[in-house]
Amino acid sequence: MKLTLRVWRQKNADAEGAMSTYEVDDISPDMSFLEMLDVLNEQLILAGEEPVAFDHDCREGICGACSLVINGDAHGPERTTTCQLHMRSFRDGDTIDIEPWRASAFPVIKDLVVDRSAFDRIIQAGGYITAPTGSAPEAHATPVPKADADFAFEHAECIGCGACVAACPNGAAMLFTSAKVNHLNVLPQGAPERETRVLDMVARMDAEGFGGCTLTGECATACPKGIPLMSITSMNKEWLRATRKAGKR
Amino acid sequence: MARTMWDSSVGKKTVMAVSGVIMLLYLVAHVIGNLKIFFGAGEFNHYGHWLRTVGEPFMHYEWTLWLIRVVLLAAVVAHATSAYQLSRRDIRARPSKYVHKKPRAGYATRTMRWGGVILGLFIVWHVLDLTTGTVHPGGFQEGHPYQNVVDTFSTWYGNVVYIVAMLALGLHIRHGFWSAAQTLGVGSRRRDRALKTLANVLALLLTAGFVAVPVGVMTGVVS
Amino acid sequence: MTTYADYATGTPVTDTKAPAGPIHERWDKRRFEAKLVNPANRRKHTVIVVGTGLAGGSAGATLAEQGYRVVQFCYQDSPRRAHSIAAQGGINAAKNYRNDGDSIHRLFYDTVKGGDFRARESNVHRLAQISVEIIDQCVAQGVPFAREYGGLLDTRSFGGVQVSRTFYARGQTGQQLLLGAYQALSRQIAAGNVEMHPRTEMLDLIVVDGRARGIVARDLITGKIDTYFADAVVLASGGYGNVFYLSTNAMNSNATAVWRAHRRGAYFANPCFTQIHPTCIPRTGDHQSKLTLMSESLRNDGRIWVPKAQGDTRPPNEIPEDERDYYLERIYPSFGNLVPRDIASRAAKNVCDEGRGVGPGGQGVYLDFADAIRRMGRKAVEARYGNLFDMYQRITDEDPYEVPMRIYPAVHYTMGGLWVDYDLQTTIPGLFAIGEANFSDHGANRLGASALMQGLADGYFVLPATINDYLARNPHQDPVTDAHPVVQEVLAETEDRINLLLAVDGDRTPDSFHRELGELMWEFCGMARSDTGLRKALERIPQIREEFWRRIKVPGSGEEFNQSLEKANRIVDYLELAELMCLDALHRTESCGGHFREESQTPDGEAARKDDAFSYAAAWEFTGTGEAPVLHREDLVFEYVHPTQRSYA
Repeated sequence: MKLTLRVWRQKNADAEGAMSTYEVDDISPDMSFLEMLDVLNEQLILAGEEPVAFDHDCREGICGACSLVINGDAHGPERTTTCQLHMRSFRDGDTIDIEPWRASAFPVIKDLVVDRSAFDRIIQAGGYITAPTGSAPEAHATPVPKADADFAFEHAECIGCGACVAACPNGAAMLFTSAKVNHLNVLPQGAPERETRVLDMVARMDAEGFGGCTLTGECATACPKGIPLMSITSMNKEWLRATRKAGKR
Repeated sequence: MARTMWDSSVGKKTVMAVSGVIMLLYLVAHVIGNLKIFFGAGEFNHYGHWLRTVGEPFMHYEWTLWLIRVVLLAAVVAHATSAYQLSRRDIRARPSKYVHKKPRAGYATRTMRWGGVILGLFIVWHVLDLTTGTVHPGGFQEGHPYQNVVDTFSTWYGNVVYIVAMLALGLHIRHGFWSAAQTLGVGSRRRDRALKTLANVLALLLTAGFVAVPVGVMTGVVS
Repeated sequence: MTTYADYATGTPVTDTKAPAGPIHERWDKRRFEAKLVNPANRRKHTVIVVGTGLAGGSAGATLAEQGYRVVQFCYQDSPRRAHSIAAQGGINAAKNYRNDGDSIHRLFYDTVKGGDFRARESNVHRLAQISVEIIDQCVAQGVPFAREYGGLLDTRSFGGVQVSRTFYARGQTGQQLLLGAYQALSRQIAAGNVEMHPRTEMLDLIVVDGRARGIVARDLITGKIDTYFADAVVLASGGYGNVFYLSTNAMNSNATAVWRAHRRGAYFANPCFTQIHPTCIPRTGDHQSKLTLMSESLRNDGRIWVPKAQGDTRPPNEIPEDERDYYLERIYPSFGNLVPRDIASRAAKNVCDEGRGVGPGGQGVYLDFADAIRRMGRKAVEARYGNLFDMYQRITDEDPYEVPMRIYPAVHYTMGGLWVDYDLQTTIPGLFAIGEANFSDHGANRLGASALMQGLADGYFVLPATINDYLARNPHQDPVTDAHPVVQEVLAETEDRINLLLAVDGDRTPDSFHRELGELMWEFCGMARSDTGLRKALERIPQIREEFWRRIKVPGSGEEFNQSLEKANRIVDYLELAELMCLDALHRTESCGGHFREESQTPDGEAARKDDAFSYAAAWEFTGTGEAPVLHREDLVFEYVHPTQRSYA
């Protein structure tokens, strides 16, 4: 396959960026999208140019590092991560636009690499269960109904890639935040911090400069792990419940 | 609690949802009242008069009406203010657009902001036209709503403004009702279909009900 | 002239920390004998932790909970992305919830046997004991393990064992356990107890007066090289499988931290013990950048086969039952498809070498779910393996519900690593190594679902107990600053290396060298090793190294985000580590676990161990780049599990 790539190039956080055009040839349909970029980068290095910087690590769709907007879609046309997108999803002669995640809470570091540390700070605000090492009771002491365990797991699958934010026209982090809130709040182990968790995480999310939710559903469509839009509804419910309880106290 | 509400993006959405639901309930009553116009001037004008005497003798003349107006005004202001503030936050959160543009989301979803603005402007015109009579075409007659309505919809611009606004209303309700349900946390996977259907039915019935009046005037059914 | 292969033998190493006495009392005894640091004084101690995987994340969180000041590093943009996240199958624990005859002793026995009797008994027994607490800890943190309808935890069985002791969270157990540790760590970061440095890579170790006192690290965004000082340094930087270029490791997983520590004096043990995982997706071409593992749990229900005839190119569904060779079930009737990894991998290699491999290039065998789907129904198969099937389909464009999967072995895990004693301390006082970075618990072959167990055991329970002893015995260490001559020297060396990499400006990319080295290692130090092959590799590696420093091209500068520079700098270390791996493989003329020497096999082609000569861990001491290292043996004593030739037949 022969492809034309238009890639966002930006020297560093302070520099102005722009799209640059490159040609790549001999692309196999079995290559992953990132392997195709590897080919481009090898080409650039040998030509004495700087290779395109992009985040990637596990290349098996679980670490959440890769983060490209491909032809306007976060992670590209398939519902998966960029690293699991294969070139067979494109056609010979295609022009492909490659851009970084866009959100003011995710500033660009270089080229296609953005700073997603805001996500870490949302988790730090309450996305945990306080259970210091050694303090745990026997695992079977508290059975968890299978339905709850499955619900928790479904939300725990979030890989923190940020595609939800990238896809949202408001740059909102509601799907990310709600996934963690729902994972922990449904479990009996998470109950003691149920109210503070949702209130603190939402407050942190706001403070990081993410937008609000207008329920466009773009986040859930882009999510490579299929976190449902309903996750946001469940978090709203938790938030209202927590606000009411806090008001009574 | 009020502070937490107003300071949080989720809280402001709640304010929008609640105020939206209040306005929606009002619109349901409003459209039912409107349809009385098809039963003649007598019945319609009588209904208009009744609105002012509801609650008597406990309430004084027009007290109930004013109470409703105050609640509605509060709802509009709350709805618009939170919408404005949330929109500013949203725009700030996504300052640079993608070079590769793609049509996004449904039409109803994408038009919430502009639709809201259109509806806001419409309400102002609507009140000046049929409540105060300030911009009413032809002589506004206090206490004769039937004639006033016929006057308004006898002008081309009256019809255009009204019908465009009602279409915007339909779209607004279509996404707004379902969205409010999610914001208030009453949505669920099981109920999602029902909620979406209800939103569509409400949007359709309200739009059709409201639009029926100018159409009635235009076709001469109401004159 | 002496060559690299002419290694000298030094004094044996002994593990002086493991107490004597009955094995099940040793850990209690050690913990009791260890000195403690007064809780009020812990804040005064700084501990550096490099890496945020299961071992590093759990250690950082636990040390901070105990009151130590933790300074932690990871090269990823977030601690949540460490490669532990990719572990699929599960975590072992001797809970015996199934009442199927499991016990701590059986887990201990299985692990020692699975490791082909090259692990230290005391360590393994401790691991089995702690396994039980790990599950409790993770459940308390909210890890969403699979549960049964009664609300209790579900388990499954895994390769190399006959009990069902593997706890799992669908095919994402590593992810869920790591997020548990990450969340615990996040809580400590928020509390100000952990100073977290993401996108920061350790480039060297600072050893002052014989003790580990800090590290040199590069901020990957700004390129700034900085020093960080502490009272103890913990390396939790993972394994070195990426020496092979193609492996199941993450692209940026690297050996720099451990190799730099080795260069500064820490012994490196059993580097040739690398695990080749039997169930990976075969490579599709030269563009391949990494290999993807399909969880070993698939072997629970999938049946492995190849055609009986050589060069049979019919589509799998057209090959009748009696023309298929379910070779694992045939050769190992009692374990069948669940034999340990090393055995399954080698068997796959053998049938492919016989010309019976399937798929492009004949480098693959079938993993067939037709029977399982017939037996349990598609729905049940989907519930158990759905995400793995999806992943397979995405990569290969084939539907495994219809067509059998094709699998082939790939480098997955490294059992070797920095030599540590029972306290997990390396030969440099104050330097600890945990998780895959150390060599200790898996011997010559790791059993499935044991890596997660070991990482968490080390991080949550072992290190936080043993590091106390070191810090209590060294309560007042002189402060070290940048002005210290040793620090100056280490800093200068690091900067020189970076500058040199940038200055060569040759005509070959970092990846091209990495690929070349990887292919060499896979051919001569992969699934089967021989004297001639290893000698060839030992001859070739220094040549590649020489060429590297002559022809490498790294664009950009050191004072910016520069991924080529990161890569090139890691390859520098691979080019030295690879040499040690080959030497270790050459000197160990027996076959054991993942290390298979063609010269040492039984008449029917099974690995032949030589306990008389090689019942030891080989700990190597660095003497200089390309210079013959010194071998220090640690004799392995087996008091509880008598070494036998492993039999899974």
